[in-house]
Amino acid sequence: MGEPATKEVLSLDELEAVAGLRTGRKHILSILVENKPGVLTRIAGLFARRGFNIDTLAVGPTDDPTVSRVTLTLDGALHPIDQVTKQLHKLVNVLKIRDLEPEETLARELALFKVSTDGAGRAEVMQICEIFRAKIVDVTKRSVICEVTGTCDKVDAFERLVRPFGLIEMARTGEIAISRGRSET
Amino acid sequence: MRAVDALMECLKAEGVDVVFGLPGGANLPTYDAFYDAGIRHILVRHEAGGGHAAEGYAKASGKVGVSLGTSGPGATNLVTPICDAMMDSVPVVFITGQVRTELLGTDGFQEADTIGITMPIVKHSFMIQHPLEIPRTVHEAFHVARTGRPGPVVVDIPQDLSRADIPYEPVSDVHLPGYQPTIDGNQKQIRLAAKALANSRRPVIYAGGGVVGANAGPELTELGLADKFPVTCTVMGLGGFPAPHEQWLGMLGMHGTRAANYAIDEADLIVGIGARFDDRITGKLSEFAPRAKFIHIDIDPAEISKNVPAHIPIVGDAKNIIPRLTAEYRALAPDPARLEEWWSRIRTWQERHPLHYEDSTDGEIKPQYMIQALYQATEGDAIVTSDVGQHQMWTAQYYHFNQPRRWINSGGLGTMGFGLPAAMGAKVGCPDKTVVCVSGDGSVQMNMQELATCAQEDIAIKVFIMNNGYLGMVRQWQELFWDKRYSQVETGQWPDFVKVAEAYGATGMRFEDKNTLVSDMKEALATEGPVLVDVRVTREENTYPMIPAGKAARDMVG
Repeated sequence: MGEPATKEVLSLDELEAVAGLRTGRKHILSILVENKPGVLTRIAGLFARRGFNIDTLAVGPTDDPTVSRVTLTLDGALHPIDQVTKQLHKLVNVLKIRDLEPEETLARELALFKVSTDGAGRAEVMQICEIFRAKIVDVTKRSVICEVTGTCDKVDAFERLVRPFGLIEMARTGEIAISRGRSET
Repeated sequence: MRAVDALMECLKAEGVDVVFGLPGGANLPTYDAFYDAGIRHILVRHEAGGGHAAEGYAKASGKVGVSLGTSGPGATNLVTPICDAMMDSVPVVFITGQVRTELLGTDGFQEADTIGITMPIVKHSFMIQHPLEIPRTVHEAFHVARTGRPGPVVVDIPQDLSRADIPYEPVSDVHLPGYQPTIDGNQKQIRLAAKALANSRRPVIYAGGGVVGANAGPELTELGLADKFPVTCTVMGLGGFPAPHEQWLGMLGMHGTRAANYAIDEADLIVGIGARFDDRITGKLSEFAPRAKFIHIDIDPAEISKNVPAHIPIVGDAKNIIPRLTAEYRALAPDPARLEEWWSRIRTWQERHPLHYEDSTDGEIKPQYMIQALYQATEGDAIVTSDVGQHQMWTAQYYHFNQPRRWINSGGLGTMGFGLPAAMGAKVGCPDKTVVCVSGDGSVQMNMQELATCAQEDIAIKVFIMNNGYLGMVRQWQELFWDKRYSQVETGQWPDFVKVAEAYGATGMRFEDKNTLVSDMKEALATEGPVLVDVRVTREENTYPMIPAGKAARDMVG
């Protein structure tokens, strides 16, 4: 392409639009926000109004009491992520947004599964827990509660395996994430 | 000092000399402070009128407008102006009263969740939680409203907190770590844009309200004249480039000129500046400017590639970027002859499809002629506000705005009822200018109560109602796209606008004869105080040309 500020010819055909693309993969956005009332409403409202669909959402404190971290996952096949982040940046209470690179990110989710052990399944469920490094945190005659930590995919896999035993209910936190290595997320 | 007195000090420190508002229970302390604060307060008759007046004031003067209302209904009446200011990026600070903190959440008398209701339509909002926050928050509100992409900011103050005693110290800085708008355009991108312009053979500059908001009209003109660039503006950008001018294509979009729309359709490079590729501009998005690459200059990064993917995005203030782009372009010294073929094509469109209408042969006033007559009567030198509908489009087409901040209308939200109070605000902001409102018989009734305000405060606006006894634009759509089934669009003979004007303490006039219209208008303009003129025009006239909704520029009709 013709270098800027030179007489070299630039063919307009060479110009490419780069924004507005759909990546087709899951994105984890780590958003630092001011810890003020209504901030979560502003984020949720923005998503609703612009038609962006949140897959999971987790909010918690950071090491700085005036700042909270919102970890949000959404589908890059449905939304142009750059438009999502640009809209989020317009919120005055949003301090920083990172679209985390999957290979440089540690993402974890906590899930609790209440599984029926009416039949003879308890031993098997315990075996599955062992494989997944899950913990049995509650036992009754007719049920167990398993606590699983891991990536979203791991929790999904665990769910698929215990469901046939009779999944009474489950609760998942949604992923939280942090970047690998020394530098801040 | 009472927090409300501190509020007054903050307003003064922000250079506020006038506010528009209406008192109520929850903002009684604020109004007590206004009693001797030395700030001009204009008592409106409806909060919506005050909100639009603050917008008109801001648009005409370039300063931040201020509008006040009480809690509950006072605040909900402000919702339309807030949304309007959001859509058109108008810097206005809205200060609402709120019920006492002990009543919050109890469905107290006149309680409404103002922050919640307005959240999707504000640039930012602040709920005061401690009286000590008030001074800093007010300054932050003005800072957010004025800077970056301007917009409305709401400050909601519970009544008990506003009464509290606080130690007041002037605030000299604001602290908003999450708010840092980009002003400086990226030099490399600006150079690339200059290069693309130098290599384009069919360029069009397309400017929007952002150019007016950035006070970058002269800079835009200079860029246009740096070569023989064809220039068009959106309805919000009119006046950004001086019309008429040989490089001026007229407005683009749904009721733009064929020359402007066809030029966009065939352009190889479009420079969008302070414009957001709204559906009224693009028509059918997939067929918008199919041959063009896009340079998009905007202060709001989220506008870039929102609707139309940009090839060369430049984020920043138009006033900062345009002169640098002009300089870079001039340094490349491209051959202007390359644009000759493009211009001969554009001239063909201009000659074949000028704006036109069939004038009456008797004395009947055609609405288009009414605007031409107004242009003559004001010598093209008035601030003109409008409401929304056919009259708005005809004014945009036939009143050739040659300076920024002369054309004030509700473009994004399309708010009927905007024009009259906006004219009131514009006149307050620019008392030495002739301020005219062109309205429709439908629109004007939506905020006509402000005529009383104008009479009381001697705000000498001249309102010309284009009266066709219809909600004209809706009637036009029903005629063209709904088999002429005129459903609920006829407004008939009511009210008698001349009597209404007199009842409000304004001068009422009625014009029905084309032959004396210009001199009649001059008389109305020369009449002291507010004037409301009922101009009877052709009843079923259509606004043309037109890109039907969802169609492409090539499908223009009329």
